[in-house]
Amino acid sequence: MANGATGIGARVKRKEDKRFITGKGKYTDDVRMENQAYAAFVRSPHAHANVKSIDKSAALAMEGVVDVLDGHQLTGDGIGNIICGWAVASKDGSPMNMGAWSALATQKVRYVGDAVAVVIADTQALARIAAEAVEVEYEELPAVVKADKALTKSAPEIHDNAPGNLIYNWEIGDAAKADAGLAAAKHITEMEITNNRVSPNPMEPRSAVATYDEAEEHYTLYTTSQNPHVARLVLSAFYNVAPEHKLRVIAPDVGGGFGAKIYIYPEEITCLWASMKTNRSVKWTSDRSEAFITDAHGRDHISTAKMGFDENGKITGFKVDTIANLGAYMSLFSSSVPTYLYATLLSGQYDIQNLHANVRAVYTNTVPVDAYRGAGRPEACYLIERMMETAAREMGMKPAELRARNFVREFPHETPVIMTYDSGDFDANLAQAEEAADVAGFPARQAEAAKRGKLRGLGYSCYIEACGIAPSAAVGGLGAGVGLWESAEVRVNPVGTIEILTGSHSHGQGHETTFAQIVAERFDLPLDNVAIVHGDTDKVQFGMGTYGSRSGAVGMSAIVKAMDKVEAKVRKIAAHQLEASEDDIVIEGGEVKVAGTDKALGWHEIGLAAYTAHNLPPEMEPGLKESAFYDPSNFTFPAGCYICEVEVDPDTGTTEVVQFTASDDFGTIINPMIVEGQVHGGLAQGIGQAMMEQVIYDDDGQLITGSYMDYTMPRAADLPFYSVHHASTVCPGNPLGMKGCGEAGAIGSPPAVINAITDAIGNNNLSMPATPQNVWNALQAVTASQAAE
Amino acid sequence: MYPTKYTKAASIDDAVKALGADEEAKILSGGQTLIATMKQHLAAPTGLVDVRSIAGMVGTSLDGDTLVIGAATTHAEVAGSAEVQKHTPALACLASGIGDPAVRHAGTIGGSVANNDPAADYPAALLALGATVVTNQREIGADDFFDGLFGTALEEGEIITAVKFPKAQAAAYVKFRQPASLFALVGVFVAKGSDGIRVTVTGAGDEGVFRSEALEAALTGDWSEAAAKGADVSAEGLMSDIHGTAAYRANLIKVMAARAVAAA
Ligand SMILES: Cc1cc2nc3c(=O)[nH]c(=O)nc-3n(C[C@H](O)[C@H](O)[C@H](O)COP(=O)(O)OP(=O)(O)OC[C@H]3O[C@@H](n4cnc5c(N)ncnc54)[C@H](O)[C@@H]3O)c2cc1C
Repeated sequence: MANGATGIGARVKRKEDKRFITGKGKYTDDVRMENQAYAAFVRSPHAHANVKSIDKSAALAMEGVVDVLDGHQLTGDGIGNIICGWAVASKDGSPMNMGAWSALATQKVRYVGDAVAVVIADTQALARIAAEAVEVEYEELPAVVKADKALTKSAPEIHDNAPGNLIYNWEIGDAAKADAGLAAAKHITEMEITNNRVSPNPMEPRSAVATYDEAEEHYTLYTTSQNPHVARLVLSAFYNVAPEHKLRVIAPDVGGGFGAKIYIYPEEITCLWASMKTNRSVKWTSDRSEAFITDAHGRDHISTAKMGFDENGKITGFKVDTIANLGAYMSLFSSSVPTYLYATLLSGQYDIQNLHANVRAVYTNTVPVDAYRGAGRPEACYLIERMMETAAREMGMKPAELRARNFVREFPHETPVIMTYDSGDFDANLAQAEEAADVAGFPARQAEAAKRGKLRGLGYSCYIEACGIAPSAAVGGLGAGVGLWESAEVRVNPVGTIEILTGSHSHGQGHETTFAQIVAERFDLPLDNVAIVHGDTDKVQFGMGTYGSRSGAVGMSAIVKAMDKVEAKVRKIAAHQLEASEDDIVIEGGEVKVAGTDKALGWHEIGLAAYTAHNLPPEMEPGLKESAFYDPSNFTFPAGCYICEVEVDPDTGTTEVVQFTASDDFGTIINPMIVEGQVHGGLAQGIGQAMMEQVIYDDDGQLITGSYMDYTMPRAADLPFYSVHHASTVCPGNPLGMKGCGEAGAIGSPPAVINAITDAIGNNNLSMPATPQNVWNALQAVTASQAAE
Repeated sequence: MYPTKYTKAASIDDAVKALGADEEAKILSGGQTLIATMKQHLAAPTGLVDVRSIAGMVGTSLDGDTLVIGAATTHAEVAGSAEVQKHTPALACLASGIGDPAVRHAGTIGGSVANNDPAADYPAALLALGATVVTNQREIGADDFFDGLFGTALEEGEIITAVKFPKAQAAAYVKFRQPASLFALVGVFVAKGSDGIRVTVTGAGDEGVFRSEALEAALTGDWSEAAAKGADVSAEGLMSDIHGTAAYRANLIKVMAARAVAAA
């Protein structure tokens, strides 16, 4: 039903923004329980050390300190180790080497920030002061922080069951074919490529408020989660906090996640357990410094890659060897990120027949690394797209031309790395981006910049990602411990208003608006008559949460399925009451009518009929409420072309992004304004990674970038006004034809930025982040090599 | 934050008394450095003596050719002051570029000078302009005031009440911001004053703010951008950190100096 103002495709203002921008949002830290105490963690100042003893006496003696709890008590109460939920086996068939991770370390600490004890006190300030009074005696051990160093003989071993710090040595594709393809190549491009470690920095830091009800033996946890049901599942099944029916997890308003709020961390587990131990509600809210040393980091790959081309620029073979740093412990989905979310995308937008990737994941004495906006796919995209641009330069071809010669044009397309691309029109995105970016006018702009003493450069990135995560059986076959379907419930109330209960979770994505739009469109009702309920395990039966650009393609598909059932029942009721055939019923304009007649019932009358049940078809159950589980049949494949234009100041190395153009294929777009917002945010993060952000440890494992004084976040003034466009093909895999848009910006933009800067400075040897210093150094290298010639 | 006792001083005497009563007490001005370090448990003074309400410590005035800025005057007030803009526009410009609006409306010149952060902006101005730091006990020339990283000539409990600036013929300050903190990675203040040309550098020195002999020599003969860019600025004695090696900083010193000469 057409519903132009609010339906699919309408730029509806976000329903949730009123409460957010007027300060009325309700976040976890806003929760205040009666009898609430505060947790502060005693954290290791060492990257690697044996814990010799913990002396709590001084802290316990402080007035207002409720208790000081340690890991021996925690494990003694049967709280289980934190697990990684995706089993990735090595190529020799051996299982991954997962080291034990206790929420509170008992014998050994493995990174700066590893918690060894928790203080529960009457105030937050007191808890923090008392935490400093807990005396922990450590025996320091040598530390290792870099992934390649962790694999060397002299590196200290971090977990007993991971010899040589190797978690797995995994491969995908056909090595022999890739070698043969490279051997047959006319030109080979070879690069060493690092993908810098970044910290997610959601605006709202993580927080937890745990309450134990002694009489009911029941726990309630308010927490900053992207997936409260998954949290409850692992807290119950693996961490033994409480059985699922005795644990309610609520993720209220959540201020950004970017992956970091998928996982269940030591702090939430500890707060729940501590609330039982102390019989107090226990609140913990991270500050920014604590976030830097506890929120899972992202990326951190070191790769070497070889790509071969024939005389026409067709790719003949592609070989990649990657070492992925997973930090000190395996976080919840860490194993899947550098394997099934990374190497499976190494074919990019290209028809590559011969491809092989080897991935070794390693432990280091750093914060655990897991999925961060894009998760594996940005690493793949960065690698391929830097290779393509560099290869084009080396072969003297136009970068766009080289890409176009290799584009996949027939769908479905099976890649040698187990993906089946279902749709796309890569030429269309490239053409749209080139036109919008006025690539033709670039030489003139470059010449004009040169007059001002500036080096102007242009870079491309043609990205593809696998989203709508994910078909349950397929990921189960690859080792995932969960299914990645989604659930929804559509409740039509007796007065005709609708509540949608969804297992997706909104932490900035605007679900309360977009989800309502598809319902309003389907039943042709005012948007305000639809409410979205999410984030509470007592309200929503189950859900897998929001990440991997899945809320549209998977979450909304579940809603559509449930709406199908509601509509079928509405038709039956209407046909019965209006004495017509179900096939003649149309739902339109707030009414349920018999086509071609003036017979009609108000939408609310159907609701009332369903609940009064005075006159329903024989055998029909009263009520109007349907639920559905939707399991996707394939990933979705958002793709697009990004073009970045930069100006470099050769005196200082300062780079300005002067123009950034995006052409995306997201399939069906429900709300273009929200989608553009997602692209803008993703681009900000991608440009941030490319030019500013980097987690840096010193050799002893001390975090140098532990605050915003040293960790550079992109600011508004660092970013251009984006030029965002869409050239979409419909996704054949789900009812709405959606592909997803949440991660594209962060995936596609880093290589475009670096390709533009390397174009400007005439040196392909530049790593992220392209800080002024790094760019200046790369420029000095050019000058030095010119002087040598 | 550890518990602390807050005292609002109404006069210098008040402040001296409060500081005398508690050895661990500290002077509080804008709190932009002190409160942050207290929150991080890096400082735990048992008392804070707020000097911002002391009569005469806030505001700007002209005394003949001398500009007087009260120690508790905020960066925003300095930036917006007609006297400062008339006397030494470079100083108003410097103040307008400190931190962000929130910092500028709380942080003060006295706090900045007393703190002598190696990347702070004001120390470069004081040293280049030959300013005088006025305290409740004495007057200290800028040349004798700054003493290494976070070090100053201040005695325990000594209170800066004002900073006095002589007039320069030409002056300008240009900084290259450290990308994360936006403090100066390298800031260069150039001034032509009665005792010749002074060029000071902040953000870069291993020992904090310093005068660049190389640049002063180059610019004394030839007050030009080219002379600044061509100066023999050595990387020796410069800081190296994740944001800039000594060599990079040495380059930036020349580039910022050239830009400052152009702006002066
Ligand atoms: C986000 C941020 C960005 C910043 N960016 C910059 C920047 O770009 N450039 C820059 O220069 N600075 C910067 N600063 C620092 C800022 O300018 C501070 O305001 C300044 O360093 C300290 O001034 P304050 O008035 O806040 O002093 P406080 O924090 O109150 O005090 C600082 C120290 O000085 C002592 N003190 C204060 N007043 C007196 C006095 N009258 N006599 C003797 N001792 C005194 C205190 O006891 C304390 O030890 C930044 C700060 C922040 C938080």
